[in-house]
Amino acid sequence: MIDRLGLSLASLLLSFALAIRVAVVAPARAQTAAARLEVRIGYIARRIPPPPLYDLTATPQDEGVAGARLAIMDNNTSGSFLGQRFDLDEAILAPDQSAVTAARKLADGGDGLILADLPADQLLAVADALKGRDAVLFNVSAQDNFLRGKECRANIFHVAPSRAMLTDALAQFLVVKRWPKIFLIVGQTAADESYAASFRASAKKFGLTIAAEKIWTFGPLAQARGDAVTQGAALVFTRAADSDMIVVADEEDNFGDYIPYHTADPKLVGGTQGLVAASWHRTQFAFGSEQLQDRFLRLANRRMRPVDYQAWTAVRAIGEAVVHVRSADPGALAAFLVDPQFSIAVFKDVAASFRPWDHQLRQPLLLAQPAFLVALAPLPGFLHQRTILDTLGVDQPETQCRLP
Amino acid sequence: MRFGGRSGFFHPGFFLALFMLAAPAPALAFRIFVTNEKGNSVSVIDTDKQQVVETVPVGRRPRGVSISPDGKLLYVCASDDNAINVLDVATMKIVRSLESGPDPERFALNHAGDLLYIANEDNAEVTVVDLAKNLILAQVPVGVEPEGMGLSPNGDLLVATSETTNMAHFIDTRSYRLIDSVLVGKRPRIAVFNRSGTQVWVSSELGGDVSVIDTANHQIIRKITFDVPGLTKEEIQPVGVVLSSDGRKAFVALGYANRVAVVDQQSFAVEKYLLVGVRVWHLAFTPDEKLLYTTNGNSNDVTAIDVAREKVIKSISVGLEPNDLVSSLH
Repeated sequence: MIDRLGLSLASLLLSFALAIRVAVVAPARAQTAAARLEVRIGYIARRIPPPPLYDLTATPQDEGVAGARLAIMDNNTSGSFLGQRFDLDEAILAPDQSAVTAARKLADGGDGLILADLPADQLLAVADALKGRDAVLFNVSAQDNFLRGKECRANIFHVAPSRAMLTDALAQFLVVKRWPKIFLIVGQTAADESYAASFRASAKKFGLTIAAEKIWTFGPLAQARGDAVTQGAALVFTRAADSDMIVVADEEDNFGDYIPYHTADPKLVGGTQGLVAASWHRTQFAFGSEQLQDRFLRLANRRMRPVDYQAWTAVRAIGEAVVHVRSADPGALAAFLVDPQFSIAVFKDVAASFRPWDHQLRQPLLLAQPAFLVALAPLPGFLHQRTILDTLGVDQPETQCRLP
Repeated sequence: MRFGGRSGFFHPGFFLALFMLAAPAPALAFRIFVTNEKGNSVSVIDTDKQQVVETVPVGRRPRGVSISPDGKLLYVCASDDNAINVLDVATMKIVRSLESGPDPERFALNHAGDLLYIANEDNAEVTVVDLAKNLILAQVPVGVEPEGMGLSPNGDLLVATSETTNMAHFIDTRSYRLIDSVLVGKRPRIAVFNRSGTQVWVSSELGGDVSVIDTANHQIIRKITFDVPGLTKEEIQPVGVVLSSDGRKAFVALGYANRVAVVDQQSFAVEKYLLVGVRVWHLAFTPDEKLLYTTNGNSNDVTAIDVAREKVIKSISVGLEPNDLVSSLH
């Protein structure tokens, strides 16, 4: 039903209209170009080795950094009205390169705000190397609870949700569904055990019962795409105590996706596969997030993943703080990030903010199955005297973090 | 932008409508047009019967809706079609579709009814479209995710809100120049001028407040906050705002608080909360300002409010996820 006369008129006058557009638009930009404040943000990540075998869902080479790039563009759109300019310095490390050396180089070059997409041990090494300097780190990927507990650091802000937040979100869902009996299947990596430990704590916190628990010893069957001999063994393996749902702890995607439909009884699966709690999901379109999803897709030619989203949020949080503090000084910005005035819109209903006691970004989390969003956590009915968001993760009275 | 200030009373059609109706009191029935974002339709409510009398299909993901100054044409943002559907109010048929730029969400119609100012949420621009020629006249860059569009009573000043940049952008409608950008609360949604044009009210969904900005110096003169007993701060998400043309009352839709706040336009005091439906977003007066309607997105209904008594009259089921609404002029 497009107006054909109008369209032909439009094409006839297109060049004319373009001329007008340039004429009217240019002054708007020029007018706001004064008084530049330069904000440099660093991004450290390990280069991801390509998967040894074809992997349907291999981690993209630009995971994380693509989200940071998008947020730099968003910050610059806003910054153009305030005379603020944001730049990203990417330091993608080869396997033998030291994260500490790279971080020092970034800080020496004036990047006092650094996004770290690093494993926990390297993140801590970088934080300790930069201690006492005017530099702040933003953890965009490490989910370890101890980074927000015993091993917390004053110069790290955690944008990635902790495992405790993720397992609390799942536990809340199970409580609401009244599926309290859980069969927990744990992989053999240290990360799997960390996830399992976090889920056990969440189960205790929300009154779920771990009816059975087993270690998965059949190897990476999901990655190997099945195996008839072990199928039978796996079927026997899943004959455990009576349970409402199976929760898998498999952070490397070795077997979790193998469990559904290979069980003896018809059982739903959640945890690290199946129904997963995450900061972001490709099927999240509510709360105005369609625009963010579209912008990311246009920039990166792929769907936004949780680490992309966490990097986006980190750079946007810096942008928000710069708008209010009107300075690029990392110390001043860090002080504002834990100020009660600070909050940031994160496309998941309520605004997110940092917990002053452990520098964790409190945020809603999504519970999703591979192709559909199932729920938003905190689930309705979980209340808190401060903010409902503090029903997810370690709360102030329980924290083992002692920040100066 | 609502046409709350324009009274249908002086319109010649008013008297004609009165003759044609010849119905028992209340004699004057308006029609409320409601866009159903997930229903891809417009529900038509008769304000006399207080029920849906017609549901018409429109483009995909209809959101913002406005009516022409003569009351004959309805403009509907079909966001997923990247177009604006124009409906003949008499027949409720789509008579043409306009170029809108990508993902139009909301827009304002100028007072002459020949220009549309469209917020293009996907590309941080305000697009100005000449309606007769279906031609884009200008694209003014604004902040990330522009949404609310408010036009001053004299038509000289357009205020666009940007949801992620958190600003109200003041645009001169004669030169299409950006004059100023004012930081407001998080996720600003709606900008609406008072009748005299001295203030523009901007709602902030995640800031939980309404910023009242002085249009002379662009200073925020008041941030109106809301406190509903029994609700958390997070649940109070102001979106729709309408201001009565007599300068007395303002009504603010509070999203997941499921309530409409009644505010004194002079003192900015919040006087009352009216319970409506789930996730109340947008508001529209009838031209006589006797009735106020709300879209309740998650309960798929529209609530009618008696403005003078400040009482909810009825909730009326409409299509899936009602987003925006506007009244007929007669």
